[in-house]
Amino acid sequence: MKCVVCRGAAVIDVRRHNANFCGEHFVRHCGEQVRRAVEDFDMLQPEDRVLVAVSGGKDSLAVWDLLVELGYQADGLYIGLGIGEYSETSGGHARRFAESRGLTLLEVDLPGEYGFDVPTGAKAARRVPCSACGLSKRHLFDKAAVDGGYDVLVTGHNLDDEAAVLFGNTLRWDTDYLGRQYPVLPARNGFPKKVKPLVRLSERDMAAYCLIRGIDYLVDECPMAAGNRHLIYKDLLNDLEVRSPGAKADFYFSYLRNAADRFREDRDESVVGECSRCGSPSQGEVCAFCRLQERAVPVTFGGRT
Amino acid sequence: MGGMLVRLRNPSREVEMPGPALVSVLLERLGINRESVLVVRNGELVPGDQRLEDTDEVEVRPVISGGA
Ligand code: SF4
Ligand SMILES: [Zn+2]
Ligand SMILES: [Zn+2]
Repeated sequence: MKCVVCRGAAVIDVRRHNANFCGEHFVRHCGEQVRRAVEDFDMLQPEDRVLVAVSGGKDSLAVWDLLVELGYQADGLYIGLGIGEYSETSGGHARRFAESRGLTLLEVDLPGEYGFDVPTGAKAARRVPCSACGLSKRHLFDKAAVDGGYDVLVTGHNLDDEAAVLFGNTLRWDTDYLGRQYPVLPARNGFPKKVKPLVRLSERDMAAYCLIRGIDYLVDECPMAAGNRHLIYKDLLNDLEVRSPGAKADFYFSYLRNAADRFREDRDESVVGECSRCGSPSQGEVCAFCRLQERAVPVTFGGRT
Repeated sequence: MGGMLVRLRNPSREVEMPGPALVSVLLERLGINRESVLVVRNGELVPGDQRLEDTDEVEVRPVISGGA
């Protein structure tokens, strides 16, 4: 197998593009895909101060690396979620990456600063762990981006993530969620602008990128993810992808091109107020994160002990 | 006796597979979807048409993440 660019020995085959690449040209290909996503969706301006949501996994470290290589000024934010050994290990990967590249990594510790961890919060709120976790991460990343005066919050969601979410939303014809699924969300009502520069790259691409670039990411999965619906959708889509290379990208980008606009009007754009506890934007009097904290740490709020 | 040593994850385990075999054939034999993994031989990423030998140490690394 030969690299499509230099005819040297290829290390990876990307069927969707009907192309094989050597390490060097694969890295360039990834940079080009990010550059195109940023441009097509108007994600970033050259002078933007960027905050990257960093988990220590392949996608977040790769997107951070790619943006820095493209010349953006990007800091990272790692959130300690209190998920046992997984959290300890993932934090180490994030810190070592930042250190090795001389980048700034901010940190927030959920148990240390808010008094509860993800497993406890999920149990107290009777939510599945990923739901309590996702809610907490969104709140803390948004808050850090706004408080820190960043222009934009970057997440490492890749093509497989977005296609799987779209698949789930489409299965349920959840028009509200469909209306929200876009690789760029503009700043509004006290929320920061949010962008997903990896939408043109697959999970396999991102793992390969990290291997080639020598990025030591956490390979092991969060133990809470096992059996979640997201993973089932990804498996299904990959079964489709092997039979019909390009199917995932087609599903997602055709949606953006031909259908996304039609769901925009279903979005719940009702005016957002402020959470009376933390001041974050919120539909209700108290935001979802503070309600979660209230249940997980009743003592703090003078409730049940 | 022998064969290539193949390291798998989730759950983490090691199996011996007969070589020589192409990467694509190895994945087929293991019943693994090529989109969901990378194959790493002696620390280096290898493409689907690479021939693996009995003496190789191979890691089949899953690339799929769950969660929100
Ligand atoms: S898998 Fe779920 S619980 Fe684990 S970090 Fe991701 S969202 Fe949080
Ligand atoms: Zn090349
Ligand atoms: Zn609040």
